[in-house]
Amino acid sequence: MPDVSVDRILEMHGITKTFPGVTALDDVNLEVRRGEIHAVCGENGAGKSTLMQVLSGVHPAGTYDGEIVFDGTPVRFAGIRDSEHVGIVIIHQELALVPHLSIAENIFLGNERRGRGRLIDWNRTNAEAGRLLAEVGLDENPVTPVGQLGVGKQQLVEIAKALSKDVRLLILDEPTAALNDTDSEHLLDLLRRLKDRGITSIMISHKLGEIVSVADRTTVIRDGHTVETMDMGEPDATQERIIRGMVGRDLDSFYPWRVSAPGEEVLRIEDWTVRHATQDRTVVDGVSLNVRAGEVVGIAGLMGAGRTELAMSVFGRSYGRGISGRLFVRGRPVRARTVAEAIENGIAYATEDRKRYGLNLIDDIRRNVSAAGLRKLARRGWVNGNEEIKVAEESRRTLAIKAPSVMSVVGTLSGGNQQKVVLSKWLFTDPDVLLLDEPTRGIDVGAKYEIYLIVNRLVAAGKAVLVISSELPELLGICDRIYTLSAGRITGELPVAEATQERLMALMTQEKEPVR
Amino acid sequence: MTRTAPPSGRAEESTTAAALHVGTSDIRALITRNLRQSGIYVAFVVIVALFAILTGGVSLSPVNVTNIVLQYSYILVLAIGMVIVIIAGHIDLSVGSVVALTGAISAVLVIGQGLPWWLGVLAALAVGLAVGAWHGFWVAYVGIPAFIVTLAGMLLFRGLTLRVLDNISLSPFPAEYQQIASGFLNGLFGGDGYDVFTLVIGAVGVAGYAVNGFRTRVARITYHQPVESFPLFVARVVLVGAVVMYFAWQLANARGLPVVLIVLGVLVLVYGVVTRRSVFGRQVYAIGGNLAAATLSGVKVRAVNFWIFVNMGLLSGIAGVIYSSRSNGAQPAAGNMFELDAIAAAFIGGAAVTGGVGTVVGAMAGGLIMAVMSNGMQLMGVDQSVQSMVKGFVLLLAVTFDLYNKRRAGAAR
Repeated sequence: MPDVSVDRILEMHGITKTFPGVTALDDVNLEVRRGEIHAVCGENGAGKSTLMQVLSGVHPAGTYDGEIVFDGTPVRFAGIRDSEHVGIVIIHQELALVPHLSIAENIFLGNERRGRGRLIDWNRTNAEAGRLLAEVGLDENPVTPVGQLGVGKQQLVEIAKALSKDVRLLILDEPTAALNDTDSEHLLDLLRRLKDRGITSIMISHKLGEIVSVADRTTVIRDGHTVETMDMGEPDATQERIIRGMVGRDLDSFYPWRVSAPGEEVLRIEDWTVRHATQDRTVVDGVSLNVRAGEVVGIAGLMGAGRTELAMSVFGRSYGRGISGRLFVRGRPVRARTVAEAIENGIAYATEDRKRYGLNLIDDIRRNVSAAGLRKLARRGWVNGNEEIKVAEESRRTLAIKAPSVMSVVGTLSGGNQQKVVLSKWLFTDPDVLLLDEPTRGIDVGAKYEIYLIVNRLVAAGKAVLVISSELPELLGICDRIYTLSAGRITGELPVAEATQERLMALMTQEKEPVR
Repeated sequence: MTRTAPPSGRAEESTTAAALHVGTSDIRALITRNLRQSGIYVAFVVIVALFAILTGGVSLSPVNVTNIVLQYSYILVLAIGMVIVIIAGHIDLSVGSVVALTGAISAVLVIGQGLPWWLGVLAALAVGLAVGAWHGFWVAYVGIPAFIVTLAGMLLFRGLTLRVLDNISLSPFPAEYQQIASGFLNGLFGGDGYDVFTLVIGAVGVAGYAVNGFRTRVARITYHQPVESFPLFVARVVLVGAVVMYFAWQLANARGLPVVLIVLGVLVLVYGVVTRRSVFGRQVYAIGGNLAAATLSGVKVRAVNFWIFVNMGLLSGIAGVIYSSRSNGAQPAAGNMFELDAIAAAFIGGAAVTGGVGTVVGAMAGGLIMAVMSNGMQLMGVDQSVQSMVKGFVLLLAVTFDLYNKRRAGAAR
């Protein structure tokens, strides 16, 4: 930036917010300059979201200590309407759109464009929506129902909605968490364009690469305290420095070291083909692959390449129609037509969306851990509840699940701990091969490292692990071998020593027949 | 409670000894740990006390206590099945019609055809199972929401009842059949003005409760789980024992132990264990808590859903037998609105509308709250219109209380 003005649009001074028994924020300071993109980093539970909730009035004035100055005037918001009134708009990680309503209806929801007789003026609504869509670079008809759009486009609708409210400070909570690389890039470009128009943004993100590329300054929060605010233009403002601030120590590396010693083949898939669950197309097309004992094998592919579809169809045909192909576990042909049969044959699948597909959030750790292996705890259909507690306690200890007890409700745990519960559940079924679908999505750096350690322990114990991930550095960091998947076909297979992000990306975007 | 060996090498005796002196006496901690459950029992005690005062003690008289049991047993039987249906995230609107249909089939066979009474009972249960399988088929294997399937069933089986009965009432049943709902087991051990057998059954129940409680306690300590202190444990057993023995004493002083109470007691015991400790019961909770996660954990969701409705059908058949026996005949309009009483009992008893939460014992307490209220208001001569409104408010309050608790639990985390 040519002229570094010290014109601050937002100052939060000495913010302290306590919940019964917990101090979520302790004397936190945040200063945001007019027209910058300001990143806020911190591990899950560090207090980022609470800070944004204080700022946007979700936690009303009086429930916290400290002072908020917006555009030179001290402000006290009683609710989210107050903060929106002065131009602060927050876009949550879980998008707040109504799927059956049109784009235009969603944009003006609660803020309807009215005409005569207080009735909605549809012409004006749709015309204005069209203009806003052009601004965010979304080429869609304003009357299209939001549910027909992908997550990336829905995110843009949210931003268009914010623009309709004359936003001056836009807060994005993990905006790219659910987006693929293309959509993420598009979104970050949009943030830069909005910056040129004078709109200030605060971005909460776990993706450090993005922060380094898009943010002007970054504030790191740890355990409810501000660690530092760094100017990203300075040469020493690196990912490593952010991580050090977030975890309070140096991580030797993102990825723990492991001896690679693959044994005999555990899982082999031959000529696996899957049709889409509802549409008339093939999503997995003649895939063959294998995983050996003590080996971590990665699957790299863009969104829509058929990664999850492949894993779930292998896991007891829990996805798709017209599945054909052969499946072998330890050299033995296996028929896994139901999830129960897959589990019996030593296959486990940890889903990419643990909240929707992985956990019973209203139940406790104990019962989530036992959910898939309940028969092992039962004799003649009766569950041994004490043995169940013992198993859960053991998981809590060995996987270091941070919770007061195994009776803690899973929905109250952080993302990393929830993921450990999911892993515990599958480990209890004692599988030969684990299919891990985005095992570190939405969890913080420290917890990611712990998950990698668990994976390392599993392969050291002779398990075979197949990892699906959107993050290429992660695959390169933890795998022995990586397959690339493009449009349902395997387009390449590389030992990790020969793989680079560039080579993988080239194979992942390859359209035609595989070249070995 | 279980036959599992203790995890450590410690001898059983030392754990048993430890059971006498470890544990917390912090009553507030114990109550908040289980607020959802304890709230309903507190409410139950308050309502019983309230009506005892309002009716000048009449509501707790031996004859009236017996009456409550006889009058509401079939609702409680239905509530057992209903709470399981609700935990799995479904609903069953048809049970009133099924009660009518099963009673009607039984009446046609026993009264119309002169067949023996037990054939009528078996036929009613078989029809109940068949109806349950019908509902289960549509819900589990075709994938139609239970609300729609059982709404259709409500109309369907009411119509079938009218057809079976040819639009007229049938009565009376032979004496043996009447005994099911209005018979008493007494005089087995004699007694002077009171029935000793009833007291013995009550005492056996209390002893079972105490022994089972102590064994659970020992097991929990062995597995390092929090327990209440020993004096509190004793206090709890004494309190429950006193209530049960008072209840047994009242029954013994009236007409003895009603047959339906034995049926109901066995059902509550069996289903209490099934929901808490069987694989099937646990899968019901898993399905209601997160259907997708349960499916991906290997739960055979279709089979579980199917059997949930078969079970509801069976219990509807039992309720149909009890109701037809009590009313000594079959009427085309029998069982009207029973489904709503059963659903209300489950929700007042702490079941969650979204599924995944609820207990059989809670549903029984919920059903008894409704029973004591209706009965108390009848004794006081309160108008039918007011009774209905009061029940409506209680249902609303119970669910509000439940939601409030959930939010508070959410805020405290």
